[in-house]
Amino acid sequence: MMTKSKKLGWGFFIFFIPVFLWLLLLIVLPHIELLRMSFTRAAYLKQPGLTLSNYFEFFKEPIYWNTFLRTAMYSITVTIIVLIIGLPVAFYITKIASLKTRGFLTILILIPFWVSELIRVYGWMIILRESGIINHFMTKFGIWKQPIEMLYNDAAMIMGLVYTSVLFMIVPIIGVMDSLDNSYIEAAYDLGAKKWVIWRHIIIPHCMPGIISGCIIVFMMVLGSYLTPNLMGGKNSLWFTQQIYNQFILYFNWNMGAAFGFLLLLMSSIIIWIALKLSGQNLKEVVK
Amino acid sequence: MIRSLPNSKFYTITFNTFIIIYFVFLFAPLLITCILAFNNSMIPSLPWKGFTLDWFFGDGSGGGPTGFFHDRFNMRAFGVSFRLAIAVSLMSTAMGTCAAFLFEQENFPLKNLMYLLMIAPIVIPGVILGISILSFTTTVATFFQNHFGIRLDAIRPGFWLVAFGQFSFISTYVAMVVSARLKKFDRTLEDAAYNLGANRFQVIWYITLKYLRPSIIGGLALSFLLSFENFNTTLFLVGADVPLPVALFNRVRDGSTPVINAISFLLIFVTSICAMVNLMLSRKKTED
Repeated sequence: MMTKSKKLGWGFFIFFIPVFLWLLLLIVLPHIELLRMSFTRAAYLKQPGLTLSNYFEFFKEPIYWNTFLRTAMYSITVTIIVLIIGLPVAFYITKIASLKTRGFLTILILIPFWVSELIRVYGWMIILRESGIINHFMTKFGIWKQPIEMLYNDAAMIMGLVYTSVLFMIVPIIGVMDSLDNSYIEAAYDLGAKKWVIWRHIIIPHCMPGIISGCIIVFMMVLGSYLTPNLMGGKNSLWFTQQIYNQFILYFNWNMGAAFGFLLLLMSSIIIWIALKLSGQNLKEVVK
Repeated sequence: MIRSLPNSKFYTITFNTFIIIYFVFLFAPLLITCILAFNNSMIPSLPWKGFTLDWFFGDGSGGGPTGFFHDRFNMRAFGVSFRLAIAVSLMSTAMGTCAAFLFEQENFPLKNLMYLLMIAPIVIPGVILGISILSFTTTVATFFQNHFGIRLDAIRPGFWLVAFGQFSFISTYVAMVVSARLKKFDRTLEDAAYNLGANRFQVIWYITLKYLRPSIIGGLALSFLLSFENFNTTLFLVGADVPLPVALFNRVRDGSTPVINAISFLLIFVTSICAMVNLMLSRKKTED
């Protein structure tokens, strides 16, 4: 080990300097600048100095904080739905499917997620919209008299968000479920435990780390998503990321947009922090 | 309950049905998008009006549709995305590998804090990353312009700013992939090389990097795909050169023709092949 510490010198800096510059210039300083911007007035007002007016504006205008709360509530709802769908799928793949089909199913659930989110959402749009596939069959067979617009509402948007994020719940859960020894389940079964008892006392507690990782990643993805709510949601179902986009690009009010961005970051950090505290995990384990 | 236990018929049938529905849900939008790319109709919907390749190869002559390969707007966007993905995957793979070495093989003060900063981009929404980098670079560019009269066009919205924005978080993913393999590296091999008189550079070049090659290739593929389909961060940093996802987004929102299906088909096809290759490589890797 002597050799290693002697050679540490320049080898260390070759790795350290680029990584340090990357994190400083593209992660740390931009976020500090965003924070600074959120506390200053728009440049054209020519009023230097710090201000809270951008944040006051957010709380004064119901449309802003309504969107904010709606986004948070819907993100939590989507996370719960994804968990309810993801758990049995992960269970089927790890514990029920025969060992032969297992590998095949794992590849199968991964493939759609390599395809761009835009294309997946587009696929749902051509299925659901008024001139879409479902309406084509429903009117053709006379089940519906007239085509029904199924796109551009909250239900379609939630379904789209579930669709785009479900894999990120399934993969971490498969990871932990794999390590659950089948003999625990067999023992409980032999002792006469009912299915829900096995789920509640054996499977769920064992899978908790994977469930928490999945929930955090899915929650963050949904909260920060832009495409799906924009394309599948209705005209009045704004997502908070769209408010940020509007401030930055449409109204050119970067200071307000920065404040919005920081509020989103703050909310997500708090919710993640609570989830980590409740489960006694740390961020390093979650993102691995 | 699980495959080693006797299951009631009802349980098996319900579970199998659930899984089938899940996979239909997963693949329906992709399949329908692909099929409709070959429909001889002006809108991407049924009824089926016959098979055509016009949405790929049509040149718009004789009132026929203009296919993707003759569509200058989309071809240009495709070119931008392609060059972007090449640049970003090279940069992020280099940086990700550096970061993996730094965090796996070196010890230094504040290592934990820096590690947390490095994994932060996984949980920071892409939109926030986009606006913070936009704010920071604009402030810096304006500062240089006003005080030194230097124009820093590389960090104004445009190709390179998009590249830096994507690089800022894609490097993290590469670092995770490379670290996972570097963790399993037997460091006594390095000691052996040192004892034989190799220096740090030779050890890394001839031994460690050789060992890491599969994960570096995996990192390249992953970063290429992530860059090619990134939307959220890119949206805020684009200039005149619009990459494909942003160009398609505007088309999808304003109503669409099957040319988008044709593009989707090509992307689904190519990414599925990439995904397959990557999965096989990673499977081989775990068998090693």
